[in-house]
Amino acid sequence: MLIRKPSDIPSSAITPKEQYLNRRRFLRNVASGAVAVGAAALGADRLTQVFSPKVAAFAGTKLQTVQSPLTTTGEQLTSYEDVTHYNNFYEFGVQKSDPAQNAGGLPTRPWTVHVEGHVKKAKTFDIDALLKLRPLEERVYRHRCVEAWSMVIPWVGYSLSEFINQCEPLSGAKYVQFLSYYNSGVQRWASQTTIDWPYSEGLRMDEAMNPLTLLTFGLYGEVLPNQNGAPIRIVVPWKYGFKSAKSIVRVRFVDRQPSTTWNEMASNEYGFYSNVNPNVDHPRWSQKVERRIGLPFWQQRRATLMFNGYGDQVASLYTGMDLRKDF
Amino acid sequence: MPKSILVLLKVLVWCACLWAFVNLVWGAATNNLGPDPTATITFSTGLATLRLLTISLAITPVRRLIPKLNWLIRFRRLLGLFAFFYATLHMLTWVALYAGFDVNAMSVDILKRRYITVGMAAWLLLLPLAATSTNWAIRKMGGKCWNRLHKLVYLAAVCGVIHYWWQVKPGVLTPLTITLVLGVLLLARPVLAWSQRRRVRTVPA
Ligand code: HEM
Repeated sequence: MLIRKPSDIPSSAITPKEQYLNRRRFLRNVASGAVAVGAAALGADRLTQVFSPKVAAFAGTKLQTVQSPLTTTGEQLTSYEDVTHYNNFYEFGVQKSDPAQNAGGLPTRPWTVHVEGHVKKAKTFDIDALLKLRPLEERVYRHRCVEAWSMVIPWVGYSLSEFINQCEPLSGAKYVQFLSYYNSGVQRWASQTTIDWPYSEGLRMDEAMNPLTLLTFGLYGEVLPNQNGAPIRIVVPWKYGFKSAKSIVRVRFVDRQPSTTWNEMASNEYGFYSNVNPNVDHPRWSQKVERRIGLPFWQQRRATLMFNGYGDQVASLYTGMDLRKDF
Repeated sequence: MPKSILVLLKVLVWCACLWAFVNLVWGAATNNLGPDPTATITFSTGLATLRLLTISLAITPVRRLIPKLNWLIRFRRLLGLFAFFYATLHMLTWVALYAGFDVNAMSVDILKRRYITVGMAAWLLLLPLAATSTNWAIRKMGGKCWNRLHKLVYLAAVCGVIHYWWQVKPGVLTPLTITLVLGVLLLARPVLAWSQRRRVRTVPA
């Protein structure tokens, strides 16, 4: 048994539930005063926009979700505050606190996702259509950063495979590439690095089709805050966090392994696969242990799990592969 | 410089040097060290070490340029010892919170991870300097010998900066400022020495 039982978790580690519930209740009261919760997605959006047109126009809008059997159980959630204020999103600055401060200008509406490459026909999807494509599920996933810290996050979305089916890929489509939004005016902090923007990530087709791979629109039951990759991102819970591309504007079906940002920057450090693997160290540090965010310093350290604990669902994708070579 | 002002300055420098430490203790006591307390502690102690080393290295060039500020020398030992204090806290954070006191993990880290190797080298270089910082040691060693030993501080600072560069992601430039400042300070010494020699040579002519 790899997953820790809830009883193993020290009570001091628990997000004060009171606080979490209060916050949600407060938000619900605010929203339902103006619009019915069911129709909130659009109505409240407009309202927020009127009140604060620039800062996170849509972020925080309540989303209706259904339960999912693919959710992770037995883990204590990382607080909303930490999930939304400790981010790697280098287009908005390299410090963890930068994206929360700087991502307000990301224009999340109107937003379209352009699909191209080996597909029956190139298409453009509107974000509001994508939100309604399938019922939104709440999926709690462990999130393991390559920098050896981790969180537990309740994401909102549906399996990427549902979207891929709508794209009608052809047999030549072996990989999927995700390109993120990039505008050097909106994201002037991007030049603090020598990265060649826009951010690019990719998955092998079978990885992309695995039901765990989540096309993500929200977290904690609400529309994604901009710093978490609004309005649409992917989440691949068994891989290091940087594989989960944010603020996606373009999805390309390709016949060979696409070039991806961190792999381009340092291929010896960031492999294309980048599966969470305690047995393969990063060249510069160990991946055997991780620090859980939001705990006191003497409780942060814990063992990293193979495939981040999702081996039952994904190990079969890699049978016959040498994960030391294809790290 | 009047004694009262010197005492006041000493108090101020002590407060400035203790600032990062007090902040950490206060943060730990109030559970307020940010989302990743371990990283906050390593970052804060590591940066304090590097900054204090840099300031202590600035004293000699500044005195050469502005002889009026000669009294700055009275603060150099204090700054150096505080740098060692933070380096030691920083190293102990690694022992406790990264390696979890696991001797095996520590030796693997030191042998395999170049940023740890060079960081450890920096700490080991500072160790004899801190140990010989008393007046007694200076007298015992003799000024010349002591001076030569304490040149190791340059090497320690360079190791510290390399250690910093080796852990940021490729393409990230955060250590650039401190690197440039240190570079200028290190170059200042030969440049100042050279220009002084020239002046000495040209004056009698
Ligand atoms: C004495 C000179 C040293 C200086 C000036 C120094 C400086 C720094 C700085 C500025 C950082 C922050 C980097 C960042 O978080 O972006 C850092 C991180 C770190 N240092 Fe040092 N350091 C020194 C010695 C050591 C030693 C002796 C060790 C352990 C053997 C060590 C282990 C670490 C570790 C584990 C980190 C954190 C890496 C991470 O967050 O993954 N350092 N150091």
